[in-house]
Amino acid sequence: MSRRTPFWTVMFYLGVALIVLIAVFPFYYAVMTSFETGTAIFSPNILPEMFSLDNYASVMNGRNFIRSVGNSVLIAGVTVVCALFLAVTASYALARVRFRGRGLLLMTILAVSMFPQIAVLSGLYELIKLFGIYNTPFALMLSYTIFTLPFTVWVLTTFMRDLPVEIEEAAIVDGATPWIIITQVFMPLLWPALVTTGLLAFIGAWNEFLFALTFTISETERTVPVAIALLSGASVQEIPWGPIMAASVIVTVPLIILVLIFQRKIVAGLTAGGVKG
Amino acid sequence: MTTSKIAKGPSLQQQRVRAAFWFLAPMLVMLAIVAAWPLFRSISFSFTDATADTIFNGKAAWVGFDNYIEQRVRSNGEIRWRGVLLDAEWWNAVWNTVRFSLVSVALETVLGLLVALVLNAEFKGRGLVRAAILIPWAIPTIVSARMWGWMLNDQFGVINQMLLTVGLISEPIAWTARADTAMLAVLIVDVWKTTPFMALLILAGLQMIPRDMYEAAKLDGIHPVKVFFRVTLPLLKPALLVAVIFRVLDALRIFDLIYVLTPQSDATVTMSVLSYRQIQQFGDYGEGSAMSTLLFLIITAFVLLYIKLGRVDLSGEKS
Repeated sequence: MSRRTPFWTVMFYLGVALIVLIAVFPFYYAVMTSFETGTAIFSPNILPEMFSLDNYASVMNGRNFIRSVGNSVLIAGVTVVCALFLAVTASYALARVRFRGRGLLLMTILAVSMFPQIAVLSGLYELIKLFGIYNTPFALMLSYTIFTLPFTVWVLTTFMRDLPVEIEEAAIVDGATPWIIITQVFMPLLWPALVTTGLLAFIGAWNEFLFALTFTISETERTVPVAIALLSGASVQEIPWGPIMAASVIVTVPLIILVLIFQRKIVAGLTAGGVKG
Repeated sequence: MTTSKIAKGPSLQQQRVRAAFWFLAPMLVMLAIVAAWPLFRSISFSFTDATADTIFNGKAAWVGFDNYIEQRVRSNGEIRWRGVLLDAEWWNAVWNTVRFSLVSVALETVLGLLVALVLNAEFKGRGLVRAAILIPWAIPTIVSARMWGWMLNDQFGVINQMLLTVGLISEPIAWTARADTAMLAVLIVDVWKTTPFMALLILAGLQMIPRDMYEAAKLDGIHPVKVFFRVTLPLLKPALLVAVIFRVLDALRIFDLIYVLTPQSDATVTMSVLSYRQIQQFGDYGEGSAMSTLLFLIITAFVLLYIKLGRVDLSGEKS
């Protein structure tokens, strides 16, 4: 850094500016469009031309958008809590207890998280009809477990492996059972990891599209991605771009805020799930 | 030799293994219900003539490999072959998926590496840049598909407007509708959305390279470009390889972006999209499941490759 000539310093910062511009511009443009109505929306412009909340009002009043947001929050929330609950004990066993077949088991779990969703679609559809939960939130809670559970187990296992062994030894010497070790000793140390893993799994469930599209039929049962994907006007020529952008902004802003708050933890969680293995 | 040092005797180890079994059981039962069983059923459907009507009443008949490849002898003695493996539409989808995966992952790796190198340097406002590049990643795929669909709109899109102003194009382009630009549109959106993920994974790999390596190279007066190719890249290779395979697996199953951005285009339909169409639109569970089973086999091959090449430390024995 210190030996860099002024020319290269300028080039470097130009590159940085370009990266930021490309990353941020599409969302900025969506926000700008969401405030425009009438003819203003159809004239492409880089700077804001007008400010109106009409699109937001029409999204909030119209159809079942708020209901969809509620569905998404409920489904993603329940799925993640259940997955975390099952994953904490499972990952303790996988990270801390040596038993035969552990490697194979972890490999299988990893493989499940990389499943193409389409490969289980018809089988899941049959199962969901069998349980009588088609077109209900339960169908999605059940099907989302297929990716949230392996993911949370995998990431929590890598986190749990890194906890110092001395703490556990001390607890064992004091006569603690594995259950006590998890709930009393590890949980207080693990909660940042739980928050991170839970948040990532929540984002995954919040964004899921294929299952939500297949396993719901009525508008009131839709989740947000399906609602936005199927938001359309009277004809192909009349795609309501303003309301679509407003809806997009509404569901994206909370995610962006969460991601920015938990920035560092998310990066740690992602790398635990991806690179570290 | 594998007994941990905390095991004082067989009884403690046995107790721990028994507890481990009960800790694992609920998760395994759950995965068996939501993953193993549906997968088994989907594969089974691919050997039947199941349709939307027969799938639930058990009237679907076993047809062997007919959905994959079937010989039909006509009354006049003419032999006809059909099935997914002979379907031009299927091979078009395979080609689209492969093309998409190769190009998108290649672009994301190169651009991700560039962004990661920038973020690895120390400069003012680095935290801000890191936050900014997380935004595309945080936006749901469906939302980014719609956002870009709007920006790439043929009549009112800002991209056409910009390109017209600069003079790169002479008339507006219907990016998502034209056969020759639809794949480009999909690639642009996917690269935009996924490069941050790649950059963060690579950055994590970069930060594991000891700083004194660079210090030593600097003291020896070695040109930075040479340092990059001789020091950084070889040390980064394991992390890079795993990230690439991880992304390839993701790219091979792409569905939502294409379904929303270019719904009707034959130039972008992928294996997942075609299989979904077969099942949902045409109610052909047999052929649709045959397609999804083929995709599953391809991805399984890649997972095995990932585990072998990535030398994933599965049991944690290394540490």
